Amino acid sequence: METAVHIVEDMQNRFGSGIILQEPAVDETPTLWVTGENIVTVVDHLRSKISRPYSFLYDLCGIDERNRTKKNHLPPADFTIVYHLFSYDRNDFIRLKVPLQGEYPSLPSITPVFVNANWYEREVYDMFGIRFAGHPHLQRILMPLTWQGHPLRKEHPARATDMGPFQLWDEKQDAEQAALQFRPEEWGMKRHSDDADFMFLNIGPQHPGTHGVLRIILQLDGEEIVDAVPEIGFHHRGAEKMGERQSWHTYIPYTDRVDYLGGVMNNLAYLLAVERLAGIEIPDRARVIRVMLCELFRIASHLVWFGTFAQDLGQLSPVFYMFTDREKIFDIIEAICGGRMHPNWFRIGGVAQDLPGGWARLVQDFVHYFPKKITEYRKMVIDNSLFKARTRGVGIYTLQEAIDWGVTGPGLRACGLEWDLRKKRPYSGYEQFDFEIPTALNGDCYDRSLVRVEEMRQSLRIVAQCLNNMPAGRYKAEHALATPPDKQYTMQDIETLITHFLNVSWGPVIPAGEAMSCIEATKGANGYYLISDGGTSAYRVRIRTPSFPHMQMVPYISKGYTVADLLAILGSVDFVLADIDR
Amino acid sequence: MTVFQHILIVLGVLFVLLTIAAGLIWVERRLLALWQDRLGPNRAGPLGIFIVVADTLKLFFKEDWIPPFADKWVFVAAPAIVVASVLMSFVIIPFSPVIVIADLNVGLLFFLAMSSLGVYSIVLGGWASNNKYSLLGALRGASQMMAYEVFMGLSLMGVVMLTGSFNLQDIVAAQRSMWFIVYQPLGFILFFIAGVAETHRLPFDIPEAESELIAGYHAEYSGMKFGMFFIGEYLGITLISAMTVTMFFGGWLGPGFLPPWFWFGGKTAIFIGLFILLRASLPRPRYDQLIGFGWKLLLPLVLANLLVTGAVALLLKK
Repeated sequence: METAVHIVEDMQNRFGSGIILQEPAVDETPTLWVTGENIVTVVDHLRSKISRPYSFLYDLCGIDERNRTKKNHLPPADFTIVYHLFSYDRNDFIRLKVPLQGEYPSLPSITPVFVNANWYEREVYDMFGIRFAGHPHLQRILMPLTWQGHPLRKEHPARATDMGPFQLWDEKQDAEQAALQFRPEEWGMKRHSDDADFMFLNIGPQHPGTHGVLRIILQLDGEEIVDAVPEIGFHHRGAEKMGERQSWHTYIPYTDRVDYLGGVMNNLAYLLAVERLAGIEIPDRARVIRVMLCELFRIASHLVWFGTFAQDLGQLSPVFYMFTDREKIFDIIEAICGGRMHPNWFRIGGVAQDLPGGWARLVQDFVHYFPKKITEYRKMVIDNSLFKARTRGVGIYTLQEAIDWGVTGPGLRACGLEWDLRKKRPYSGYEQFDFEIPTALNGDCYDRSLVRVEEMRQSLRIVAQCLNNMPAGRYKAEHALATPPDKQYTMQDIETLITHFLNVSWGPVIPAGEAMSCIEATKGANGYYLISDGGTSAYRVRIRTPSFPHMQMVPYISKGYTVADLLAILGSVDFVLADIDR
Repeated sequence: MTVFQHILIVLGVLFVLLTIAAGLIWVERRLLALWQDRLGPNRAGPLGIFIVVADTLKLFFKEDWIPPFADKWVFVAAPAIVVASVLMSFVIIPFSPVIVIADLNVGLLFFLAMSSLGVYSIVLGGWASNNKYSLLGALRGASQMMAYEVFMGLSLMGVVMLTGSFNLQDIVAAQRSMWFIVYQPLGFILFFIAGVAETHRLPFDIPEAESELIAGYHAEYSGMKFGMFFIGEYLGITLISAMTVTMFFGGWLGPGFLPPWFWFGGKTAIFIGLFILLRASLPRPRYDQLIGFGWKLLLPLVLANLLVTGAVALLLKK
């Protein structure tokens, strides 16, 4: 089998010594250092010139390296741009890094190779001030256009108290107002074509169909969409920046709120990376508890999608039935975790507490109750002929387009690719569960709905297996870095007491290194790319969310449809604004 | 009948209609809640009936805002048109053998004319608001009305053929032996569909399409002006239900142990409930699908219905 090492050797022959192989990261992803001039050719080579290519740009992010103490013989760099490519044929990631020097460096854009690099590069520019030469529309994406500074640079303050009191002078207010003025030309839109004047319709940030604060500017010819430009960032809370301030342990509640419908599933994505860095093996019981809660949250999230999607199409009742059932799931979650939407329940090395007495009966009741409900809802919504008329053939993309735009999760499976990270790259013990990957063929709104509905059934199967085979044992790993640490010996032994005290007050110190996780979250591939500099908090937290590339694709798949179709498309894509903006 | 009695009937009908329109606020919310596994308004008064008072008071005390960018006079006139045109239609409805305001011999035509006027309120309201969402809603409303107006009238012509009169009392009287639903099932279905479209209720609510156009043509309206659209919609539901009963379900006819107005009211209430049930259960088709459905499927059907009814009527006469 052609391994990553072969590719590296081959590329070193082609591109000269500009390519250096880094000693493997903790997560064993092959990492290459590439110079800025070479990046486009290297990326293009990996994408289209080799057999079994890396055709999917999984993530693109920046790192401010200037404060880093443990550089581990890396090439000298003030900033690093990191590209994660994925190959479906190889089922493998490759990580490319470009070292950059200077205050505000620049490098060539890879948008000619990967279309979905567009928004990622804008984000890097927004967050670090690094410019990409040849980018079609390099503008801030998450922060307001009038923002001063670039938030993820180390010199940018993270707290409001570091920034001085906020004052809105008249001039500032006028400038902010002027920045809000909509000029189609700035968004690359024309005011009229040869035979028609276009209408610009502003959907959002407050609109019942956008499911959150999202603004989409539509260029309309009658009711037909000529072009659409999503404006995001209204929900940006700087979750990545927070990761650099919070300890490894206290960051967990922040992850809950990234995909706020996914609940503990976000904890899992984050902790898989942390535990990888720390080298913690999770006990079986903790793994199964995690899987069970995650799958319950997947059902809850899909129920929200299902109900609101039906409502977007004008069907008013299903959302009430589905929220009632979601409430039943929350009853279970609440009994186990105490919380509902954001239980903050997983811990480094396991979960916060053991399952409470009587949990099995609650889960058992739900497992009995829910299957016939899925059938009923399917009949009520999916099989409704008006629903079919609204969703069939609307918002279609092919498998190739899905991969090009970085679509993952149900949206990818609706194009016919049987790809689920729980099966293909199992984590947290998913390989031991028996379930199927639902797929569909056409990649339209209807197929995406079908896939999600079937996924609920499969998730329920997993929950039932967790219920029937819950292993005995510890709910948290016996490891020095498992947090909060076991208190068992603290009162007998001073060393344990000191460690316990430090771990609780400062938080654990995670060994230096970098690791990436990648899980099948409710909406697609969710992952955390963590860099530890050997401190009590992360040096850099990068959150790769599925909704970000999905939203980037919306204009592409909604052109030529009507306003009503756009709402169907938005509903079928199933995004969460916090998951886009972080 | 003296002039005094006549005025009494007019005022009585007006009072009852406005009460029904207001009461429907409560009925609709409670029924929707029942079908959606919720409680609905159940706090104010017995079974929450005083929500009607609360809602009405709220509408009166809301700021009555006319957007500075709107065309003021048209903006004010639009909501009045919808209420006026629907109320005018009630003039010809026979609530019982004696309670009818104007027993016109062209009653049915008058109804059709008045219901056509209703579209003006949508178009004018949407246009005068000077808001893009309103404009889209108004355009949708206009084309929807155009498509469904046509066969609404035609779907009733089967009944007219069987009766030989446009007078609604005559039509009710002609159903003494058998309700027209038996002879005109297709006509009934088509009329009802057109009626739902006419009142732009779900699934035909594309002029206001909440999840797409926010509130469509009345997005800019507030206070009692919005309330007028609201009342106009409920009056419209009542009107279409009353017309359905009159044309196809024997109007006020019923066993003699209860008064005719009771039978009329009861039958009408069932259809009002059906309207609300439709809203609780169906998704909304897309605008072009809806218009296509009207022109391409329903119109040919209604013409076929007319043809067959005419042929059979002729055959029976011979």
